Amino acid sequence: MSGSSNIVAMKKVVLQLRLEAGINRVKVSQAAADLQQFCLQHAQHDPLLTGMSTSNNPFRPQKVCSFL
Amino acid sequence: ILFIFEQYFCHIVLSPLIPEMATQEVQLNETLAHLKSESESLKSKLEEERAKLHDVELHQVAEKVEGLGQFVMKTRRTLKGHGNKVLCMDWCKDKRRIVSSSQDGKVIVWDAFTTNKEHAVTMPCTWVMACAYAPSGCAVACGGLDNKCSVYPLSLDKNENLAAKKKSVAMHTNYLSACSFTNSDMQILTSSGDGTCALWDVESGQLLQSFHGHAADVLCLDLAPSETGNTFVSGGCDKKANVWDMRSGQCIQSFETHESDINSVRYYPSGDAFASGSDDATCRLYDLRADREVAIYSKESIIFGVSSVDFSLSGRLLFGGYNDYTINVWDVLKGTRVSILFGHENRVSTLRVSPDGTAFSTGSWDHTLRIWA
Repeated sequence: MSGSSNIVAMKKVVLQLRLEAGINRVKVSQAAADLQQFCLQHAQHDPLLTGMSTSNNPFRPQKVCSFL
Repeated sequence: ILFIFEQYFCHIVLSPLIPEMATQEVQLNETLAHLKSESESLKSKLEEERAKLHDVELHQVAEKVEGLGQFVMKTRRTLKGHGNKVLCMDWCKDKRRIVSSSQDGKVIVWDAFTTNKEHAVTMPCTWVMACAYAPSGCAVACGGLDNKCSVYPLSLDKNENLAAKKKSVAMHTNYLSACSFTNSDMQILTSSGDGTCALWDVESGQLLQSFHGHAADVLCLDLAPSETGNTFVSGGCDKKANVWDMRSGQCIQSFETHESDINSVRYYPSGDAFASGSDDATCRLYDLRADREVAIYSKESIIFGVSSVDFSLSGRLLFGGYNDYTINVWDVLKGTRVSILFGHENRVSTLRVSPDGTAFSTGSWDHTLRIWA
């Protein structure tokens, strides 16, 4: 009967929601502070952010050297 | 392609030809109604719990952070060779090779430094929507309208026919939308238009785990950075982004704030958050520990969908490839746009930052790939 398979499906939905409702959460202020801290800690090592010098970036044009 | 979740909207017609059947029908109806009401109350409880912890916005916390200056990012290489729309690309761990796939059925491996093509494979189908480089750099995986994900070992001999060594790994019942190797060459994670994701053993082709929960096509996936454990995030046409436990197959968190299909999901480098890009023209940031959306990256002037997103190495910049041919660069903490990049002559369909963060690559419906730095 389609009725009982609908119930099985609904039970799954309810179980899933119970699981999701039960997880531990932190305040946004805390989570945001951690995201910010990560950014700032790793900023120096982020080439696209700091715009690394052309000599170090393999994709930027190299200065041409010529044989004398 | 949508399939309707009948279980939410079922109608049981009572036709009591036999009295016992009628009673059964009524009982089932009552149980169903009870479950429905519990589901509604759990959903509101979820919203309530999330709202309680929403004490501040991310950009408010970031007010004291120094603003970003002007960015000079240009196209440094253009990779030409595909005969039709580029649909997907991935970087090799060696930070210079790239694999790309196209609507014309071709998969090409490039050396991004020199722009030389190193390998090319012709797939038996058109619309190769997904491709990925193996961690070892010795193989690539791809698939699309063939509903499969196949692995091609890369030969050092450029003349060898790669198609001869092809290994079919994944089988879905609809198109393959995305694929990714896990930490090794041995397992592949796939997402499909059939609404599921799946984890496969490459050697045997065996299905190791399947992930059910999306109500429509799954369009994208991303694996959590290896330090943070065995989870991945997927996004779909049901506007949901789901976080999954790879071992159990369980959906552990679900987010539904986008107003249209989610085309791209990417973890923040710390693994504590992920970004998404959608047809609703916005990118959003979801924090996993706060269990909610914490930022929206949008502007009134941006009305075309986002096809692809990725973070710079520190997570401070979010790059988005858009259907209006541009790339918008966002300050993740402050929520503002820091740059808009022009160059492609059609939709940007795929975007990935290189493994060492020195550049990012884009693929477009204009048949080309560009490397930006």
